[in-house]
Amino acid sequence: MKPPTETDILPDSAETAAMENPAVGIDQSAGNFSYNMEYAFDAGTGLSEDTIRYISSVKKEAPWILEFRLKALKKFFSMPMPTHWATKDLENIDFQKIRYYLSQGQKPKRTWDEVPDDIKKTFERLGIPEQERKFLAGVEAQFDSEAAYSNIKEIVSKQGVIFVNSTEGLREHPELFKKFFGKVIPTGDNKFSALNSAVFSGGSFIYVPPGVKVAQPLQAYFRINAENFGQFERTLIIADEGSEVVYMEGCTAPKFSTSTLHSAVVELVALKGAKIQYITVQNWANNVFNLVTKRGIAHEDAEIKWIDCNIGSRLTMKYPGVVLKGERARGEVISIALANDGQHQDTGAKMVHAANNTTSNIVAKSISVGQGRSTYRGVVHIPKHLKGCKNNTECDALLINTNSRTDTYPAISVRGDKNSTQHEASVSKVSEDMIFYMQQRGLTEGQAMSLAVNGFINDLARQFPMEYSVELKRLIDLEMEGSVG
Amino acid sequence: MSQLEIKNLHVSIADKEIVKGLSLTIKGGEVHAIMGPNGTGKSTLSKAIAGHPDYTITSGEVLLDGVSILEKEADERARAGIFLAFQYPSEIPGVSIANFLRAALQARLADGEEIDASGYYKRLYAKMDLLKIDRKFTSRAVNDGFSGGEKKRCEILQMAMLEPKVALMDETDSGLDIDALRIVADGVNTMRGPGLGVLLITHYQRLLDYIVPDYVHVMYDGRIVKSGDKNLAHELEAKGYDWIKKELASAKA
Repeated sequence: MKPPTETDILPDSAETAAMENPAVGIDQSAGNFSYNMEYAFDAGTGLSEDTIRYISSVKKEAPWILEFRLKALKKFFSMPMPTHWATKDLENIDFQKIRYYLSQGQKPKRTWDEVPDDIKKTFERLGIPEQERKFLAGVEAQFDSEAAYSNIKEIVSKQGVIFVNSTEGLREHPELFKKFFGKVIPTGDNKFSALNSAVFSGGSFIYVPPGVKVAQPLQAYFRINAENFGQFERTLIIADEGSEVVYMEGCTAPKFSTSTLHSAVVELVALKGAKIQYITVQNWANNVFNLVTKRGIAHEDAEIKWIDCNIGSRLTMKYPGVVLKGERARGEVISIALANDGQHQDTGAKMVHAANNTTSNIVAKSISVGQGRSTYRGVVHIPKHLKGCKNNTECDALLINTNSRTDTYPAISVRGDKNSTQHEASVSKVSEDMIFYMQQRGLTEGQAMSLAVNGFINDLARQFPMEYSVELKRLIDLEMEGSVG
Repeated sequence: MSQLEIKNLHVSIADKEIVKGLSLTIKGGEVHAIMGPNGTGKSTLSKAIAGHPDYTITSGEVLLDGVSILEKEADERARAGIFLAFQYPSEIPGVSIANFLRAALQARLADGEEIDASGYYKRLYAKMDLLKIDRKFTSRAVNDGFSGGEKKRCEILQMAMLEPKVALMDETDSGLDIDALRIVADGVNTMRGPGLGVLLITHYQRLLDYIVPDYVHVMYDGRIVKSGDKNLAHELEAKGYDWIKKELASAKA
């Protein structure tokens, strides 16, 4: 096992450097807006048993779900903050000042015409091109707690695919979802998974029948739209034997003056020979705590791939994981994180090998701008009794200013001698010469930075579906525009 | 016709004066060569004109078509028509030459205007054919892992696509074998014409066998100390720089 290493790049006079290099402005104006919505249901602020009972009754949930929530709440209150290893910034979350449930109503909209104009305007403001709006016809978009718009493509339901929100999933299809709900990520996995288990609403529940290959990606679009309102979506995807599905989620959030909390739980189950790809591109406002637990279980010959891109937020803690439970299962995490001023991206991956001949691959790229901070945390575990297991881990960090910071904490435990692992890490900088070279060709400093960053992640961005890599590029352009001092 | 006027230019790096009062006018269609021993300020001159932030212009003037460029940022100077072919071009990992050039051309358009992709590729391929560059070349990342010759070829292609008014070519011949040198020279010769003024900075006469200059200047200790035609280059090749130094010393005495 390798000891954790720390690459801490701070100039001696970090403080002076920060003074000389005034706050790197972040233009998040594209996400900085909100519209009035009349919330039909509102749980108020604060967290207590009453909040839970309120949420559960509004959702007309079965008694077992209320029990599940109440147990989770107890667990949440009893667990300490993970500040012994994570940032102390977590202590700044005031759980009693957060709204835990808001909804415009219970029934998801089925057609584009039924979508409120305000929401359509939001899509427009996000600069989604005309052809992509067509694409959005197949989107499950969540505004606030519930799906405001949900149009399940006929072809998907014809194939027997169930694509609903969490409330509907648990109410209408308990026989499918109850078996795995809360099993991949137990309530007490961490303090925030406990919180989510207590107050969850929204999110997607998906079941793909055996052998069905879902031709087009299923999409969800998330956005926080009420001050002090935390979003706690819950997603569970079950790909039955030999099936294949791609799920995409994207988030942009309006900017608010007080902190907001986003704490999701995403569970994936890939049964024998199934393939799940889960893609995230997110751009939270820089006051959002984004504390997400994502994990999948890959059975025999199954494959789970997380493609995770984190831009924005005040603090993101997210380590998508795969438990490689069956022989020859494969797990992959492709991760991109961009930390601008005042932001901390604490991201990574977990690979738990639990069967012979399983393979895992982690490629993580982080970009630190100004005083932004990126941390990579990885866990790879291959126990002694296994053989033929392979892991590859690559972490690359790009620093845009001298006072940027990046840390790497890889923990790779490989026991026994019939397994192999390799780990590579690099730190590089965008040099002044490189920027000058690009400026000499006519690009502004911001355009040059943006191009350098896009180049750095290019090999990963290519793995994104077209429309997402376009959006990713647009988000990076926005971030880098304001980052020249 | 375009014209670059350099008037009594003084340039410092970190308070050390490198260029000490240099004047030169390059008109469209002309090729000027600046030669001189190492460390006389040749590269400093080109980088200062291009607007590198490390180089401070302490006095003097640089005018492009009568308009001062010294208040402009490096990218504004580039868009105004100044091109610098770098001695050591930077690598830009992950950014293909085609995408880089497209971004550079896009940066020249007004807000809201979008480059026409098919027209762009048509033009790019035409230029590549003209310069005898393989089509596969532009899908490679800019200068990433390039040989010396490939880097220079990449510079020439960029120059051809960006169509500057003035090209400053900094030691374009350094590190090139004879074949690569010929490719670069052919490229420059192809682009020669009334729309383009060229300043060739070189240490050796060799390049001037392939790109025949209209004027040759000798730079020494931050100034142009001698000017002539292409024959001056041959004289320098035969006699070295020492006789110029001696001439200068005796003139001072």
